Amino acid sequence: MIWLTYRQFRVSALVLLGGIVAVMAVLAVTGPQVADLSRSAGQGFLDAFGADRAKTTIFYASTALLYVLPAVVGIFWGAPMVSRELEAGTSRLVWTQSITRTRWLATKLGVAGAGAAALGSFALVLTWWCGPMDDAVGKGYASNGLYGQPRLWPSQFGARGTVPIAMAVLALVIGVALGLVIRRAVPAMAATLVLVVAVQVVMPMFVQSHLLPRKHLIAKITQDNLAEVRAVGDVAPGATDVVIAQLGISAGRPDAWIVSNRTLDPSGKVMDKYPAWVTDCAPPPGAVTPPEQVQGCFTRLADEGYRQRVEYFPASRFWPLQLAETGVLLAMAGLVTGFCFWRIRRDLT
Amino acid sequence: MSAVLAATGLGKKYGRTWALSDCSLDVPAGRVVGLVGPNGAGKSTFINLAVGMLTPSAGDIEVLGARPTGRDAQRSKVGFVGQDTPTYAGLSVADHLRLGASLNPQWDGALAEQRIAGLGLDPTKRAGRLSGGQRAQLALTLGIAKRPELLLLDEPVASLDPLARREFLQDLMEAVADQELSVVLSSHLVSDVQRACDYLVVLVDSRVQVAGDIDHLLATHHRLTGPRRDAASLPGDQQVISASHTDRQSTYLVRTERPILDPAWEVSSLTLEDLVLAYMRGAPSVTERPPMEVLR
Repeated sequence: MIWLTYRQFRVSALVLLGGIVAVMAVLAVTGPQVADLSRSAGQGFLDAFGADRAKTTIFYASTALLYVLPAVVGIFWGAPMVSRELEAGTSRLVWTQSITRTRWLATKLGVAGAGAAALGSFALVLTWWCGPMDDAVGKGYASNGLYGQPRLWPSQFGARGTVPIAMAVLALVIGVALGLVIRRAVPAMAATLVLVVAVQVVMPMFVQSHLLPRKHLIAKITQDNLAEVRAVGDVAPGATDVVIAQLGISAGRPDAWIVSNRTLDPSGKVMDKYPAWVTDCAPPPGAVTPPEQVQGCFTRLADEGYRQRVEYFPASRFWPLQLAETGVLLAMAGLVTGFCFWRIRRDLT
Repeated sequence: MSAVLAATGLGKKYGRTWALSDCSLDVPAGRVVGLVGPNGAGKSTFINLAVGMLTPSAGDIEVLGARPTGRDAQRSKVGFVGQDTPTYAGLSVADHLRLGASLNPQWDGALAEQRIAGLGLDPTKRAGRLSGGQRAQLALTLGIAKRPELLLLDEPVASLDPLARREFLQDLMEAVADQELSVVLSSHLVSDVQRACDYLVVLVDSRVQVAGDIDHLLATHHRLTGPRRDAASLPGDQQVISASHTDRQSTYLVRTERPILDPAWEVSSLTLEDLVLAYMRGAPSVTERPPMEVLR
């Protein structure tokens, strides 16, 4: 059975695994160069990295590849696994040999699942490759590119660590399950694409920040910790009708992931509207506000009892959060797999 | 006579429609059974139930004394050649043999290779490039080299041209003779059955209309032609299968174990096709009549 599985997977497996191994080789070669660059460039490392077009291309391509990979696995390995057998009628050949359908599916899922996990483990290589950038972000070196974002951020999180491994496995079994339900390869492939992308959107947007308890910080807003100002109104120099919509302070190290950053009024409630005088704390660029007036604004905020509440994940939560999300994805994959085994034992013609 | 296949009250429902309902049928061991019936009679459903591709909605089916959806050991005893003899288009002939070897513990590799060589098939050729007849032969090879006790074939020759059809059935008969297996073959063509089978089952609307040894069936069915008379006047041991009348003449198709004694009848024998068609036209009306008195 393993031979048959290998024989049927051979071409697509060689293409995908071969492609990934090639990209891994590129990372293996360029990884030490990135590390060298970080040592030689020091504080300017992220800018130096950004100026290296070959390396930024490798970074963006690898990240994109890891986001596309689960859908590819689900579409080309998962969805056709059963539906193509049903379409071609070969299910009548292979399911009437001496082994049961359950064993047939178990072997197929085992081999393809191992392949999917192997593909997803590329994320571990990328995590290693990006190590110098992640260190630089932790030290607060600024940059505009995605490589300058903390790896805890949802934009990076799903392409690092162990999450892509679980995502690839989940996508595979989603494809198999949809193939079993729809029974036609092409519609099953289309449905797999939709569902896998949906999971990839929902996980970072709605699930990732709830997987583990957040760290809470309640602090006074000071001129030093003020990190973010969102203002509404005319921001032209000298404008007077600017209203502050949101203030944010920094928490933890620069590579922490701040999930919520809200100002509390003296009664401890989250504020929707700031008093007009708060504009003095963050004068519009070009406005001539005396420094004493700015300082006075911060003092008044503190004296009147305004506090900032920050909910965040420190950088040290990266791996626990990775494992938690991996666990959730694998649990979902387990449920879908259970459905597949239940379904394949029933009539399929 | 032990049954290789025994169905009691077997039924299969798709949605709200019954593809097969209340079907009871015993298939004896060591025979080549032709399962004949019009399209939609439930032949294919029956065979798929027997091979475990489908699960019954009602009733029971036992194959070689066990449920067909059972364990690997049970499955290795039953060979199956599906409708349109499916094969993997992308795999070569040799790959198919390897598939058979890896999925069947009792695989007879020597037999399989011998058959492929005998058929003159190139082992490196992809199944997708074989002719319909060759593909069917390949599927049959997989079914036979599994060394089953029972081989089930679901309309294996339906899509083949007459020559390929004849070769396939010829080949099947040789394999059966060599290996002493029981065979059930479904077909909607009587000629296929006549060529390959020695036992006939006619299935119409899920009901077994007639089942028996073909030679015996032919020996006990007669066409009676003579002056017009009512069916009720026939002796009770003569079961009327079909009747037709003109103004002055009656033609009856009857089944009886006894010789036809009435000199008024012109008695002629039936072809298998006549017999099957007569049963397919409708369930025979069996009415009790007194046995004919023998006058001295």
